[in-house]
Amino acid sequence: MPSPSDRRYTDSHEWHKLTGETLTLGLTKHAVEELTDITYVEMKPAGTEIEPGSEVGEVESVKATSEVYCAVGGEIIEINDKLMDDPSLLNNDPYEEGWLVRLRVTDASTLDELMSGEAYDERYG
Amino acid sequence: MLKTPFYDFHVEHGAKMVDFAGWEMPILYSGIIEEHRQVRSSGGLFDVSHMGRFWVRGRHARRLLERVCSRRVSDMQVGQCRYSLVCNEQGGVRDDVLVYRLDDDAFMVVVNASNREKLFEHFESARGDWVFKLEDRTVETAMVALQGPNAMGLIGKVSQEVPSLKRFRFVEKNLLIAKLLVSRTGYTGEDGVEAILPANFVNHAMKLLLKDVNMSEAEAAIKPAGLGARDTLRMEAGMPLYGHELEEDLCALSCGLDFAISMDKDGDERGEPFIGLEALRRAQQEGIREKIVGLMLDGRRTARPNMAVMNGDKQVGRITSACLSPTLGRPIAMALVEIKHAEPGATLEVETGRARIEAEVTKLPFYQAPKK
Repeated sequence: MPSPSDRRYTDSHEWHKLTGETLTLGLTKHAVEELTDITYVEMKPAGTEIEPGSEVGEVESVKATSEVYCAVGGEIIEINDKLMDDPSLLNNDPYEEGWLVRLRVTDASTLDELMSGEAYDERYG
Repeated sequence: MLKTPFYDFHVEHGAKMVDFAGWEMPILYSGIIEEHRQVRSSGGLFDVSHMGRFWVRGRHARRLLERVCSRRVSDMQVGQCRYSLVCNEQGGVRDDVLVYRLDDDAFMVVVNASNREKLFEHFESARGDWVFKLEDRTVETAMVALQGPNAMGLIGKVSQEVPSLKRFRFVEKNLLIAKLLVSRTGYTGEDGVEAILPANFVNHAMKLLLKDVNMSEAEAAIKPAGLGARDTLRMEAGMPLYGHELEEDLCALSCGLDFAISMDKDGDERGEPFIGLEALRRAQQEGIREKIVGLMLDGRRTARPNMAVMNGDKQVGRITSACLSPTLGRPIAMALVEIKHAEPGATLEVETGRARIEAEVTKLPFYQAPKK
């Protein structure tokens, strides 16, 4: 299945979806398949200011612990609490229910430098 | 890369394949945790054909194995298998193996995939003027493990003999022109069997074995399980893995496997000292300094191999294996710690690099299958 075309992708396998000033961040299906079963998710708390390209948290799987990065700077306004109780949401629905964090962004121009879904699939599909 | 005779089976069942010790092996089919639970609640089928299989036959086969194995083999009966370590001269662990006694002077030895060449050379180098034939038949044979509380019931449909086997016993069966060896052994902490059969017989055998089982059915008694689940299952069962709890430069007496080391092995009539025995005697005299223990961690985070185990500001050990235990629902680990911190109940901390997690030293195993 192709990666959704309504968002932008990084080589570190995050997707970024902008709706107005709100950016939602998650991991791609390819990423969660490589990680295998996700066992734990810890994002920085709401209110944290993030520089473009810096870390927003960590996800742990049966196999490894991985840092998650956001290509756009902004303030974390919401984290997906459901993942605390059920990290497998991330494996089962990485593009919708399994989103990780939402940020309020003022300058989303770095998004343009990221890959489209099509370009991402060409590289990692 | 080497492919096992089950390769097509793995692909047909949607396996995610990885390189493991030069073999293309399934790490998972549906998901590691789901497969783990399937094995604990009903049954799983594992391809373990990558494990090395040696046959040792001849006048001095028994003496060779007494020489390389830390555990006595001379008193084994035909039809018995026994877990043992293979040590180096310094008393470190070269590998852990399962020895099968096929006849008075014929044995089979199952070794770790990553140590196959090394161990073959090690056995050859211990030859001296002894007469025996050592054969590596890994690629001509296949090995499969059927594990879980419903495994023996399923086998009971095709064999009366196998379910009556005691633990660590095996039978050899002649099927058409092929020879099948089935042992009541495993690496999951569950009841079950491991079978060794000719590689070219795999397709036929799978049809026989699975004719009553629909592997794609949600409620199937037996489903395929990958190396990922095999690893978390063995951790819960407190079983060591070479490269983690067992290493060339780790004293065999530190591994918590004293049952597999016969320190008096050269004593009796047919006694034979094993390679490493002298070094282990010295180590025992000087006192064992560190030991493999179980750790139960607080919270939900998983430790990773080589993370430091701390007592206050002092590092007293390191993590060797860890996972979030699917059965217990909490993180577990195995660690090598200084002997004075190895008592169950001791409280230590794991340094993750960004946080400290409290951990309690726990008796192994973490999990035991309920007695039937």
